[in-house]
This record gives sequence, C-alpha cells and structure tokens, in this order.
Amino acid sequence: MSIDKDTVAKIANLARIEVSESELESTVGELNNILDWVEQLGEVNTDGVEAMTSVVETQLPRRQDQVTDGGYRDQVLKNAPQSEHGFFAVPKVIE
Amino acid sequence: MTEFTKLTLADARDGLHKGDFTSRELTEAHLNAIEDASELNCYVTVTADKALEMADQADAMIKAGDAKGVTGIPIGIKDLYCTKGVHSQTCSHILDGFKPEYESTVTSNLWADGAVMLGKTNQDEFAMGSSNENSHYGPVKNPWRATGSDKDTVPGGSSGGSAASVAADISIAATGTDTGGSIRQPASFAGLVGLKPTYGRCSRWGMIAFASSLDQAGPLTKSVRDAAIMIESMAGYDPKDSTSYDTPVPNYEAALGGDVRGLKVGIPKEYRVDGMPEEIEKLWQQGIDWLKDAGAEIVDISLPHTKYALPTYYIVAPAECSSNLARYDGVKYGLRVTGDSLDDMYKKTRAAGFGDEVKRRILIGTYVLSAGYYDAYYLKAQKVRTLIANDFKAAYSKCDVILTPTAPSAAFNLGDKVDDPLAMYLNDVFTVPASLAGLPGISIPAGLSAEGLPLGLQLLGQAFGEEQLLNVADVLETAADFKAKPTKWWGDAS
Repeated sequence: MSIDKDTVAKIANLARIEVSESELESTVGELNNILDWVEQLGEVNTDGVEAMTSVVETQLPRRQDQVTDGGYRDQVLKNAPQSEHGFFAVPKVIE
Repeated sequence: MTEFTKLTLADARDGLHKGDFTSRELTEAHLNAIEDASELNCYVTVTADKALEMADQADAMIKAGDAKGVTGIPIGIKDLYCTKGVHSQTCSHILDGFKPEYESTVTSNLWADGAVMLGKTNQDEFAMGSSNENSHYGPVKNPWRATGSDKDTVPGGSSGGSAASVAADISIAATGTDTGGSIRQPASFAGLVGLKPTYGRCSRWGMIAFASSLDQAGPLTKSVRDAAIMIESMAGYDPKDSTSYDTPVPNYEAALGGDVRGLKVGIPKEYRVDGMPEEIEKLWQQGIDWLKDAGAEIVDISLPHTKYALPTYYIVAPAECSSNLARYDGVKYGLRVTGDSLDDMYKKTRAAGFGDEVKRRILIGTYVLSAGYYDAYYLKAQKVRTLIANDFKAAYSKCDVILTPTAPSAAFNLGDKVDDPLAMYLNDVFTVPASLAGLPGISIPAGLSAEGLPLGLQLLGQAFGEEQLLNVADVLETAADFKAKPTKWWGDAS
C-alpha cells in the first residue's frame, strides 16, 4: 500500500499540520519508505492472537466518582498564549 | 582536595554523610564545571540559584540526620519532566515559554529526598530520536571522541544531554526517559550505566507524553550502585498515574550482593543480526564469559519475533504520539502562530512548532489510525506486540535474565545519519523488544571499540525484577572493570 501526494495532504489536514507543496513531495517518499518497511508485519501469522492492551498484568484502580481536586483556573490559564475573562481565547469562529 | 565532579553518587553520598564536604561545595563545583562545558550543549537551562538553595536545604537535612541516598546530590533533569516554574519543553519549539505550575511525581520524589537540581538537560524533541540531533536547542556533543580524532560524536538519544552531562562530569547522575531505548542507547554511547525499569515502576505523571504505553523514567549514572540509589528515590506508586504499579519499592542497593552462582543467563540467538560489527559480537561473548566465570549458567534461548519488534514499534509509538501530541494547538500553552481561522492557526502553529521527525511520526501515526487502515496497521502491530511479549514469557521459563549488546554500534559522528530516518531507527534494534514487553533493562559499559569509543552490554530482566537485574549488572560491572573516561577537549582544555 503506497501512499500518494493526495493521501499525505489528507493526513496532514487530519493532523492539522500545514505542509507546503514542496514539502509534500519529499514527505511522500519518506513516509512510503517507512510504511514499506513496517509492512513486513504482514508475514506474521496473528490468527487468534489478542491485541495487546496492557504490558503489565494489572487491573486499573477504581475509586469513587467524586471530585477530589480542582479549582486551578488561574494556573491552568497561566501558560496560555491568550486568555480573556478566565477563558482560553481563540480567533473568532463563525460558521 | 577531593575532586568533587569525579565522584560517583555513592562516594559523594558517603562523603556528605561523614561530613567530609557539604552539598553546597559539591553543587558549586558542578555549576562551575557546567559553565566550562557549555559547548557540549548538555543543558538547555541551568538553575544555579535554585541549586544552591536546594543544596543548603540538603545540608540541613544531613545535619538533622534525615539524609537519604540522593540527599545533597546535584543531578540533571531531562527537559521532558515538568518542573514547577522551570523550563520544561521536552526540547520542542511548540512549548516555547512553557513553565509548568506543577512538579512531576518522579522529580517530586527526588526533591523530597533532598536531591539538588542543576538544570534541565537537552534531548531529542519529544524524546523522538537516537542521536539528540532532533532538539530545538541544537545537538549535544558527546564528550567521547574517537582516538586521535577531533570530530564530534553523538551522545545517543533521546536522553543525550543527560548522558553527556554525566559522562562529562557536569552532573553526578541524571534522569532520562526510555520509550524504545532512550536511556540504554545513550548510556552505551557515553560509557555509563542506564536503567529502564519495568513499565509502571515509576509514575509518568508530569512527564511530557510521547508514547504512553512505552514511556518510562529511569536514571543515567556512573555505576550500577548509583543507579540503584537513584531508582529507589524515583520509583513508587502514584494514584495520579493509573498505570503505575502498586507495590512497595525495595532497597535496591541492598540487592547488590555479587552472587550469581546458579543463575541462568539467556542468550537469544535472534540478536545475532546481519552485519553486526565483529567487535560487538566479541564484547557479547566476553560478557557471556564473565558471567560464566562468576558461576552463572548460560542458556541458549529464542525470541522468534525479534525482527518484527522495530516495525511494530514504528506503528505503535507514532500512533500514540499522534494522539498525545494533538494537545499542542496554540491554545493552551506554548507557541501560537496566528492564522486566518481557528483551523489555520492550528495548522500554522503545528507546522512551525514541531520539528521534522516529530511531524513525520505524527503523520505516520495519523495514517495508521485512520479509517480503513487501523486494522491493517495498528491492530496488527498490537497483536505482534503480544507475540513479542509471549516470546519473553517463554524465554523466562528457561532463564532468569537475558544478556545482549545494547546498541549495534559505538557512537557515530554528528550528522552521519541525520538524513536517513530508517538507519537512525535501527539504533534501537536491541532495546525496543523489551520496551514493547514492558520489561526492565540496563546497559553497562563493558569495553571500548577499536576507535576508543565506549560499548555497552544490556541485561534484560523479568517484570519488577529490578533487584535481580541490578545484582547481575553489578557482577558484570565488576568483571568489566570499565575505568575509561573521555579525554577532556572542551572548555579550559582547549
């Protein structure tokens, strides 16, 4: 399965990364090299094999569904490039 | 006078406890050495004032009789760890100006025990790389150079700044993180001990995520004993990381007994890869002989899916990275590049903020998770990952630990592999399988290449078998008796 320029443009859009026309060209080659290489996994018979979900055999801890922490609005906003009235601020969105 | 920067952590601790010197003296000596070694580019920020303040507190702890193993020890912290109010950017442009309002659990543990932070160390951006050439802050120079050469070599990666800082004696020890080999491979390149503990042994809370099912904290140190002391402070259960494991932290240093008689050491035949340099092969055989001489039994084992570990890793890790790195959007922290619309702002910010390797992995990850390809790539890789983990389970029914080389070569020259991502990925051929299985591994400096560069041997252990792993590593370290140090060419030597 090799990918073309349109596919890379589509992935880049999904990943929200701007890629210029000239970068697209080189990216296609680089990604195909990597994808060709990982495709050797096709040789492995995985019939009836469970996909790994956790490397350590353990159960996720449970706790009561209660608020135990919070109230950090100012700290949360401290590193924001732009904040207003206690909110993150972004460019105007009108659909 | 004691040459403070040459001390191992264990010796520095003993000196501090006996009152031979103070943490302030030790810390000042390291801060001076850091200034002298600035051209190595090990640190992206030096926290000199904070270090001295922490040193004074440590001296008070020691006086009060509250000293722990790391009390008063000046260490470097990989930039990937969130440290309150201090540069924490995982060496990425996209986190420009980010200063966390909180402290990672691992560093909190170290500070609670009185360790002293010298600064934040350089690394590959988001821990993606094997040479430290992917940092927004420029590459790190390995203090080691080939005999008679004036060419710079890479310190390995991604914990390259941490490794180079310990090798150059500008930190006594340093924290690293290991996703596919990012502690063990730089340890091998810089002549150090590097320990990646079992997944879940250390809390990941406050570590900037790359691939969450693989990321694990660990130390880079001058000796196995030092690694035991560091990991004892760093490790522990943390309710804030649901994947951290709720089991007591043993006294790791006490596990260093030196007796490996009757222990079964597995040698996996699949690690004899094509084109492996003869000197690596020889060193491996030497390691086998050392452990045999110490009374261990050598067992041939097979890990049949070894050759699929790297391709599996390069699906799983990018998939997790593309998801984890979705949070960098120019809204919550770090860099923002303005655009015509919200979407345009996201795209421009992420295009400007991420480096080439990070973008490459986000794109690969996005592709393998996208509709229509998820089963063929991601699900397939997670199944192969199960087979890789099963290989280890089967092997450990025949042996207690596994001995392999750490990396397929010694440190290479700066710039040599930067244009060939696949060649760079192959650096982790021996470290990635255990990462995928969540198992602990340690690299021990075992010899020098023909060119005079350090080479490491890797020991892999069973889940939460760090005590045994450290004990065997200690025996190997004693047998190898690796005393070589890089010849100083930087700073006041030039």
